Amino acid sequence: MSAATLAGLTGAALVGFGLYGLLTDPHPLRKILAFNILGSGVFLLFGIIARKGAAAGFTADPVPQAMVITGIVVAFSATALAVALLLRLFQETGRATLDPDASAKTPDAGADG
Amino acid sequence: MSVIQALDIGLAVLVLAVAGWTIAAREAFASVVGYVAYGLLLSLVWVRLFAVDVALTEAAIGSGVTGVLLISAVVRLRRTEVPAAAERPGILLRILAAALCTVVAAALAAVVLLMPDPGATLAPEAASHLDELGVGNPITAVLIAYRSFDTMLEKVVLILAVIGVWSLAPDRTWGGAAGPRRIARPEGALAFLAQLLPPLGIVVAVHIVWVGANEPGGAFQGGAILAAMALIVMMARLAEAPEIRRRWLRLALIAGPAVFLAIGVAGFVVPGSFLAYPAGWAKPLILFIETFMTLSIAATLPMLVIGPPDRPPS
Amino acid sequence: MLAMALALATTGGGYLLVLAVIVPVIGMLLSLVVGGRHAERIALALMPAGLGLSLAIAIEVWVTGQPLVYILGGWKPPLGIALRADGFSAVMLVTAALVIAAAGYFARASFSTPPELAEKRAPLAFWTLLQGLWAALTVVFLGGDLFNLFVALELLTFSAVPLVCLDGRPETLAAALRYLLFALFGSVLYLLGTALLYGSYGTLDIALLAYRISAEPVVAPAVCVAAGLMTAGLLAKAALFPLHLWLPPAHANAPAAASAVLSALVVKASFFLIVRLWFDVMPGLATQAVTTVLATLGAAAILFGSVLALRQARLKLLVAYSTVAQIGYLFLMFPLVTGGHPWSAEAWNGGVMQTLSHAFAKAAMFLAAGLVAEQLGHDRIAELRGIGRAMPMTVFAFGLGGLSLMGLPPSGGFAAKWLLLQASVESGQWAWAVIMLAGGLLAGGYVYRVIAPTLASASVAVKAPASRRREGVALALALGAVLLGFAPEGFFDLLQIGRPVAAVALR
Repeated sequence: MSAATLAGLTGAALVGFGLYGLLTDPHPLRKILAFNILGSGVFLLFGIIARKGAAAGFTADPVPQAMVITGIVVAFSATALAVALLLRLFQETGRATLDPDASAKTPDAGADG
Repeated sequence: MSVIQALDIGLAVLVLAVAGWTIAAREAFASVVGYVAYGLLLSLVWVRLFAVDVALTEAAIGSGVTGVLLISAVVRLRRTEVPAAAERPGILLRILAAALCTVVAAALAAVVLLMPDPGATLAPEAASHLDELGVGNPITAVLIAYRSFDTMLEKVVLILAVIGVWSLAPDRTWGGAAGPRRIARPEGALAFLAQLLPPLGIVVAVHIVWVGANEPGGAFQGGAILAAMALIVMMARLAEAPEIRRRWLRLALIAGPAVFLAIGVAGFVVPGSFLAYPAGWAKPLILFIETFMTLSIAATLPMLVIGPPDRPPS
Repeated sequence: MLAMALALATTGGGYLLVLAVIVPVIGMLLSLVVGGRHAERIALALMPAGLGLSLAIAIEVWVTGQPLVYILGGWKPPLGIALRADGFSAVMLVTAALVIAAAGYFARASFSTPPELAEKRAPLAFWTLLQGLWAALTVVFLGGDLFNLFVALELLTFSAVPLVCLDGRPETLAAALRYLLFALFGSVLYLLGTALLYGSYGTLDIALLAYRISAEPVVAPAVCVAAGLMTAGLLAKAALFPLHLWLPPAHANAPAAASAVLSALVVKASFFLIVRLWFDVMPGLATQAVTTVLATLGAAAILFGSVLALRQARLKLLVAYSTVAQIGYLFLMFPLVTGGHPWSAEAWNGGVMQTLSHAFAKAAMFLAAGLVAEQLGHDRIAELRGIGRAMPMTVFAFGLGGLSLMGLPPSGGFAAKWLLLQASVESGQWAWAVIMLAGGLLAGGYVYRVIAPTLASASVAVKAPASRRREGVALALALGAVLLGFAPEGFFDLLQIGRPVAAVALR
């Protein structure tokens, strides 16, 4: 089993882990973490494709690698936006929940953050 | 089984274990720490895949800057963990979700195992044009030449993320600054590091961007290092983040995509195609674009980490 | 092979595609730097330019009878990226330009910078995000490379989500976060699919992929998995039942101009990509089984969404649930278009017409609802009695939009439903015809629920007389939905240009 296949299988498992966390964990910050793990699993799958595409003197196909770099940056900006939204939501309501109806302001909401 | 294979398997097991810990840990703080460790381990996996540029980017942005962001968030959200835990879905739903995820993971694993070796690749085509570009690193060629439209759009995505984050500020603090306030005489280990590291970091970043044309490196990695230096200085309270209404900050943010667009539009005129490079000018133009991209990334990443302004402009 | 060669060479009018993309991008960057009230002026000044470009593209496609192509940077696919505009892209571009221009002119009153301030948060954010959203939509409609489309989808999400919570109320923040998480879930599944496709064929260019996939006698398992993942991700972003949970709170609580753009255009972008995926990239995969599943979900969306719309207490939530229902109609076109049958062209025209007329009608209804909410201070349906007297133009605009949603003549909605019903009957798939008629009845129900009390002769306290100009904008959009019903034959010819199923039939 080559390093690339191992990495590909790891990627598949990470996709499974990340998807599970994204679907089941109620806290938005944990969902964001799970999304990041899911994303990195997808990138690993790009990575095995790159490695299997080694040719013309390169150790790996550059096109998927470039896509992964782009994807890492995009995933980071998504995380930043989600975290900023979550922190603002917490600031306004004192809670971190995705339920739009549970938006009543609690008395000590403004004390933190 | 050779030593390398054993190491590979060990690394894979470790990565999965830490990822599982991140998903399953009770406390969010433990989960985030696990994620940072996971990111670093992942960089090692990328090195084993012979994708050094990606490993650098994953370590710098995927684990480093994201880690700072998540840690500062999880500390502030401590109080929300217990109420959120009450909303956990029932055991039946969790089993269903687990089943779905297992099916997806199994399908992907099957695809991985059935993948042809060698697989479909664009490496030969990418290699064939490197000489006319004068660039040695094929990934830089893909990012700034062959698929430059992607990279340009991605810089625009970054700017929109900054605008989105800024728009979350309360009305009265618009135009102000975020992050910790400056102290006159900061002390301690962090202050010491913040005085020692930035000059080194700047040199390393410039080197990585310059060398990125021919070796692993490039604007994203160099920009991330510069961003990290900026963040260290701000966190040590040696300097404050700039106010978001400052014209120079906004110019720094758009410099990357603006220069990219300008050269792209000029491409209409000279070589006859948007985003094309005239013969013989490709390498200097690529380095020129990368310089401004590095500047933009170095400005954008800290803005995304420190968040929307929280004090009114002075 | 001729078709392939055509798809990989820049055509005469191709530069228009590049201009259409970079005009809003330049506007957005400039708006951010000069800031303040100039952001608004730049955005509004560029709207006629963008509209002109999209019309030029449509005319060029129609006159040449071929899709427009532009190869970026001179690097041909599979290594490089191409922009392509077929008939569907062209009409979506024009619709986007019109709806965004209307939303922009409507929003001037709510998002202007007061004279004493150099810059204010909501206006700057609104005008830059709107231009970013427009740029994103343009790339989605013109993009010819699947990874490029992923970046465009992210651009779209990052523009749309902050617009939802722009006024800072807590319920909008929760709705925005939920929307963002659903959208990210969709994007990452889409990206996963593109990884598998690249791994199998070494390219992500739509035309090349289509050629390589159709060249194989048996569909590879990787392609099936990729198709499933990408569709699931795009369905989450298009808010098709049962992944629609995020849409009603997000669209209902956003500012009126933002809701209009979100419901009319943003959800359609994901639908556009699903069409590209199933009919352009892998038409061979679109078996009766798969398309029936999609259409069944669409039918469920129509029924579920319409019934929930009937039960809403707030006007904006009613309109949002109506969007959930109307999106279902779009997916009914899948089993009717596949297979290259005689009725496929009709079904295609019907589906596209439904996309366009819903865009205009829904935008008009959200703008009208926004005006009502502003004037009354609330949008509770129970207390709308008599506003027909105070704001006749607004109620008329809402009613015209509702006419199109119900599918009554004369309107684009009627033309769309008529085409889809014909296709449904001709192909013997009666179930969809029944669903469409039921949906029309239910739509009539919830539109009536809103319009009937407004026509009563009660007196109602209005804060200030509504601005004629803003009412006019809502009315103009509603008239657009109606005018689509009078589209000439040439319009349907335009829609057929570049239609992939025709290309498959030729080979």
